[in-house]
Amino acid sequence: MTGFISRVPRSQNTTPNGVIKRRHGLVTFSLQGLLILAAIVALLPAYFMVISSVKAPKAYLDDRIGFPTEITFESYDTVLNEHPFFLWMGNSAITSIGSVLLSTIISALAAYAIARMRFRGREFLLSLSTSLMAIPPVVMVVPLFVLFSQIDLLGTYQGVILIYSGLMCPFSVYLLVTFFRTIPTELLEASLIDGASTLGVLWRIILPLSGPPLITLFIVNLLYVWNDLLIALLFLPDEKLRTLMVGVSVFQGRFLQNIPLSMAGMALASAPMMIIYILFQRYFIRGLVAGAVKG
Amino acid sequence: MVRTNRFTPYLFVAPLVGVLLLIFAYPLIKIFEFSTKRIRGFDGPDIGLGNFESLFKDPVFGQAVAHNLQLLLAVVPLLLVSLLMAIALYERLRGWRFFRTVVFVPYIIAVPIVGVVLKNMFQFNGPINQILRNIGLETLAQDWLGDKNIALWTVMTMIVWRESAFGIILFVSRLLSLNEELTEAAQLDGAGWWQRTRFIVIPQLKGVIEFYLVIGLITMAASVFAYVYIVPGKGAPANGTMVLELYIYNWAFEKHLPGIASAASVLLFLATASLMFLLFRLRRQAANEELA
Repeated sequence: MTGFISRVPRSQNTTPNGVIKRRHGLVTFSLQGLLILAAIVALLPAYFMVISSVKAPKAYLDDRIGFPTEITFESYDTVLNEHPFFLWMGNSAITSIGSVLLSTIISALAAYAIARMRFRGREFLLSLSTSLMAIPPVVMVVPLFVLFSQIDLLGTYQGVILIYSGLMCPFSVYLLVTFFRTIPTELLEASLIDGASTLGVLWRIILPLSGPPLITLFIVNLLYVWNDLLIALLFLPDEKLRTLMVGVSVFQGRFLQNIPLSMAGMALASAPMMIIYILFQRYFIRGLVAGAVKG
Repeated sequence: MVRTNRFTPYLFVAPLVGVLLLIFAYPLIKIFEFSTKRIRGFDGPDIGLGNFESLFKDPVFGQAVAHNLQLLLAVVPLLLVSLLMAIALYERLRGWRFFRTVVFVPYIIAVPIVGVVLKNMFQFNGPINQILRNIGLETLAQDWLGDKNIALWTVMTMIVWRESAFGIILFVSRLLSLNEELTEAAQLDGAGWWQRTRFIVIPQLKGVIEFYLVIGLITMAASVFAYVYIVPGKGAPANGTMVLELYIYNWAFEKHLPGIASAASVLLFLATASLMFLLFRLRRQAANEELA
């Protein structure tokens, strides 16, 4: 009973202070309509993808937009038997998790020093690193490709992990420095007096308090690496090392005519991120913007 | 401050400095060097400004630049759509949390995947044209990706469709963190929905709007590779969707002339850098005027 009652005041259309937002009925009606329209537009491609993937090729040609009269998983069978989607996903997982871990370690160490230690060039390093965020990766690609082929890093996981980590560091350092500066000094001093080492303070005090920015970094960087095409296309050309996005671009070129087959492939390819999104939706929305909304 | 000996801080920043030197500094220096050489493999003879001359003589380079400039226009609809949707969500209408989850879906599906799906939807005998025919708008049916004059606008629409999802979420979370007493007071004073939104809510979003504008411009100038590579397919039809990124990619990795690719990289780098410089100048100017 009490549970029910306590939920009543937080009804629709009120601000957190409980003031009812008053609008003209027409405004409410238009805004509601707008939301519904936007939802349809946002979901239309996903709808088309799923619906087409369970149609037989002939059924698709008869009706391209309606619900299928007969559901078939034939296309999924073909895709899974003839194309190494799981291998591609595995490769994507290795590169994304590897890059996210490496860039987080590098950035956490540097952000700790920048936010919490005194040394010459500190502010310069921070502003230089932050300004690198504005440089598009494509500008760096040509010399890196030449260099990596000289030092045999081309077509290796280590090579791409290094590139992705480097590209992600400026944002990661910026976000972590901003957060590390908000941790009360007393907390750090107390643990130093208790005999913790410099590294120990980072590991035992700062990182356990940094859940929110670490989740943000994890999500932003994971999405970036998992979804990237350009770097993976150039630096992992080997068939066995292809990431999911490179696999998708090769796969789609072969099935321009068989749309149900192509859509089944895309549905499979988008499944991992969709599942993660549905499970961790709260963290996604909060995490993606946490770093960006200062001011 | 954590007190340390003189060298400890440098040990902590060393990995960062190392990786930034390798991934940013080295390539940025090298594109300037490569741009003055005829590179075959790893090195080549000095040819002065020869690569730049080749660029300016190549009509495709002009097309690529023009297309990137056209894509910059997409920032306007991007901003308007995101803002409108965010304000609609902020009214906390029935089921707004559900809508918030749904409008973010385009951003979760990777560009190459969404590209393949949209490419099929926009085929001449694909579902988009079928819908248009079904509702009697046959005349609006186009060869969305096959017509050289329309293809880039189609790709632009796709970019706006996907990238505005990020804008919506960005603006909504800023809105939800606003102090609502101002809006409540305005409502008590008799301000209507439009007045509250226009004069109280939007001005408070100024900072995020600027931030999103910068992100949007960088995206349009230099992060649309996956769209043009997948959707019409490598700049098709007849270079109708050729952009600078793809242009660099082609010279370096299809035609194996990294010198010319580097010359184009230098120009793209200078363009994005001056764009950023300009925006920061404008921003500082605006801040000064506010203080004065």
